[in-house]
Amino acid sequence: MTVVAVLIYGMLGLGALLAMVRLALGPSLLDRVVATDSILVIVAVGLAVHAALQRDPTVVPVLVVVALLVFVGAISVVRYIGGMLIRTGADDEELGGSPAAEQLGRLEGGGRS
Amino acid sequence: MNDFDSVADWIAAAFLLVGAFLCLTAGVGLLRFPDVLSRMHAGTKPQVMGVLLIMIGGAIRLTGWSVTWMLLLVAVFQLITAPVNAHMVSRIAYRRRHVAPEHLFVDELGVAPRGAEVQAGERGRRGDEPADAPVDQGPGPTVAEDDEAEDPAADEPAGGPRR
Repeated sequence: MTVVAVLIYGMLGLGALLAMVRLALGPSLLDRVVATDSILVIVAVGLAVHAALQRDPTVVPVLVVVALLVFVGAISVVRYIGGMLIRTGADDEELGGSPAAEQLGRLEGGGRS
Repeated sequence: MNDFDSVADWIAAAFLLVGAFLCLTAGVGLLRFPDVLSRMHAGTKPQVMGVLLIMIGGAIRLTGWSVTWMLLLVAVFQLITAPVNAHMVSRIAYRRRHVAPEHLFVDELGVAPRGAEVQAGERGRRGDEPADAPVDQGPGPTVAEDDEAEDPAADEPAGGPRR
């Protein structure tokens, strides 16, 4: 009942808050991608919980959209990071240079589709 | 607000509670784990199990077949896309060296020469051999531009997009 609802929403909100802390201070871009994924999944789960608790099926199509958004967002950001890796051969500043990045850049040139 | 009046409703509430708890663990793990791969391990807990549990709970609570099928669609979509997502993120994480090597038990790409997977792609490798399979030609870690000469396999077009 109300206790169950408060408990569920509290856990969801705390999880989203902690993921947002990671999003704020994540040292690298990939940490932020992972944190964004988790936040979006928690948003979708919260919508589903609302639909379930209120017996309100109108938000269920939004779930499909959010599930799509998780996939497309993460994949596009990660492909963008991979493109940076190949084009410049640069690595993140705190971890030093990467010979793999240089070899990838030399081998793949600009000919990727 | 809520009308929990039957056993099925309490079962649904249990599913919802466990799914919400998985979301909480995702947040805690994201905050406390040290590098990208372990954070991803924690952060993808609710992506499959949490979503599945919540969808089951919602399908029990909600009535109507269209809603049930849409929840099933979301669950199946998560099941399909979560591995792809994790694969892309972890691959780029490895290439950008966001993986702390002291936290790895086995680093199979670490024993291979750098860029071995790319070399394999350049040589037109067929099938799905691992990238660090023993290569019977070539100078090894150096990536020479002129190794098409002694390599008959290099005349084949170098497979589709390798990424």
